[in-house]
Amino acid sequence: MSDRPVLLSLRGLRKTFDTQEAVSGLDLEVFAGEFLTLLGPSGCGKTTTLRIIAGLEMPSAGSVLLDGQDITALAPEKRAVNTVFQNYALFPHMNVAKNIAYGLRMRGAGKEEIARKTAEMLELVQLTGYGKRMPGQLSGGQRQRVAIARSLILSPRILLLDEPLGALDLQLRRQMQVELKRMQQKLGITFIYITHDQEEALLMSDRVALMRGGRFVQVGTPLELYEHPQTAFAASFIGETNLIAGRAAAVKEGEVLLDIAGFSLPCESFDWITPGEELLLCVRAQRMHLSTEPVNAPCRLKGELVENHYAGGERTSLVRLPDGQTVRVRHSTENDAGLAPGSEVFCWWNMPSGVLVRDDREEGQ
Amino acid sequence: MAVHHIEGKAKRGREALALPMAVYAALFVGLSLLYIIGLSFLNRGEGFSASPPVTADNYLRIISPLYLRSLLLSLRLAALTALFCLLLGYPFAYFLAKARPKARAWLLMLLIVPFWTNALIRIYGWKILFSASGPVNSALLSLGLIGRPLKLLYTDFAVLVGMIYAMIPFMVLPVYSSVERMDWAMVEASRDLGASPLKAFLTVTVPMTLPGVLAGLVLTFIPSVGLFFLSDLLGGSNTMLWGNMVHNELLKSRDLPFAAALSVVLLTLTGLVILIYRRMGGKAESMVFLGRRFIFETQ
Repeated sequence: MSDRPVLLSLRGLRKTFDTQEAVSGLDLEVFAGEFLTLLGPSGCGKTTTLRIIAGLEMPSAGSVLLDGQDITALAPEKRAVNTVFQNYALFPHMNVAKNIAYGLRMRGAGKEEIARKTAEMLELVQLTGYGKRMPGQLSGGQRQRVAIARSLILSPRILLLDEPLGALDLQLRRQMQVELKRMQQKLGITFIYITHDQEEALLMSDRVALMRGGRFVQVGTPLELYEHPQTAFAASFIGETNLIAGRAAAVKEGEVLLDIAGFSLPCESFDWITPGEELLLCVRAQRMHLSTEPVNAPCRLKGELVENHYAGGERTSLVRLPDGQTVRVRHSTENDAGLAPGSEVFCWWNMPSGVLVRDDREEGQ
Repeated sequence: MAVHHIEGKAKRGREALALPMAVYAALFVGLSLLYIIGLSFLNRGEGFSASPPVTADNYLRIISPLYLRSLLLSLRLAALTALFCLLLGYPFAYFLAKARPKARAWLLMLLIVPFWTNALIRIYGWKILFSASGPVNSALLSLGLIGRPLKLLYTDFAVLVGMIYAMIPFMVLPVYSSVERMDWAMVEASRDLGASPLKAFLTVTVPMTLPGVLAGLVLTFIPSVGLFFLSDLLGGSNTMLWGNMVHNELLKSRDLPFAAALSVVLLTLTGLVILIYRRMGGKAESMVFLGRRFIFETQ
């Protein structure tokens, strides 16, 4: 991705509302043609960031550069950036075709061009024949498509999407996720997408910028975020995660021996770790394995199976460690007979599946 | 079955609550209306009364240049009043809806408090303002803008100003409530799609607040057609509006049937305006809604 040219840069972006800081210092480069997702809990500043890029909000400090040009003070109508609003914001007094053609009409395009491009857009979002309908007569999914067509007709450099699938039911959501991704790849337009749904973010994005408290926690590919979370917040926000507290007993070259409930576990080291430090070990529930026999693995914990939830093909088991911490294991139900609550079990994982992080969960809330 | 019975009872109970008002309306609106319509088809009787035979003469009398001119004058004045109320009231209502809650409460008070003062007192206020030695003329004189006092009082201008003053809340309130209910994301969307602030206003805000504008036009136009005391007090003796005609026939000429006929014509006209309003999609509820705001927002 980074071999592509930079299209948009955010530099030291800040936004304060009254006394509340919504965005507290953002720096980001968005590459041409990429699908970037701003992911984070509600109130993390992702919508404010999007509105600043759209020109609907003026940052208190910092700048926005599009193609190297400073557009921080440029009015929204003068930016080659269009937005799909959260509740679509379709004009209720205009039919679908008029809604879609609005941008072109504002540009003073000719009748012939408007008709042609509107038809193209209707086809792109599979709504051919719906031009004469009023927004009130459409389903949520159809309105969503109209909103997308309306903002794509101007061929923006960047399309901003503010939780566009938030109001749709799960099935339609899944379908639209795939469709949107396909559309983005076909058109080659840069998408900046907002969601609070981590699965959606991982599925659709080239890169994810995880936000909290007006700051970026981690920016990277879905794989980087899932496999190499840099903080406990990043680890816990994405996926089903175990964060097991332990102490760095010994730091050797490239390896840390972590002390958890009396077990000594080898983990991959980072240069920021100091001996004796309290750390969290992040292991995804799906990367944990369970057995009744002592497995010959260096990363292994012993505990008591306390809960066992059957969910068809998968089972979630909770294992209590001698120090009282619980480990959650997601495993296949194939050959799992004999795993009854009360029994003594071993949880183990492959060393690369465990990532050491510092606990930042209480910060910046 | 039992539930049905109870529901039926409750429904009858609720209907009973509306009964006093229904009786009141039937007696004092319905019956008196019928009485006036009936009167309008009778001859003038001895003194202040009406007598048979039934006739359409009163209506035929109305079809004359004198009354036609008065009707046109009244309609023109009402239309001008509604228009100026819109031009002045829309920006105010827009500003009001966008103001911070505290400022909004104060501005609404400014709009509504005069309504709690007697209308005649307020009109006399205008008389003083507009008089030859009144504040307006003295201000203009002392500024050197005019050499001698302007004749402001007893002119059509004074009547129009008085009408606008009296009617403007009926424009501001419905427009205010439709601006306030606007989804501003629509305006942002139009800006985002390339509209300048002015274009966004014209293509999105205006059409979306049109219901309020329509309600305001009806609410200012209808009372303006029949208003007579404003032109009596502020207008010249030659301003004969429809309301003045009714007033004169009733209290000066004491021609009861003819005054009734004039009233019926006015009633039919305003009925037509309401009909057109309903046809254009205007809702009776907007008026009810308005009444509610009027009472609660000022508390």
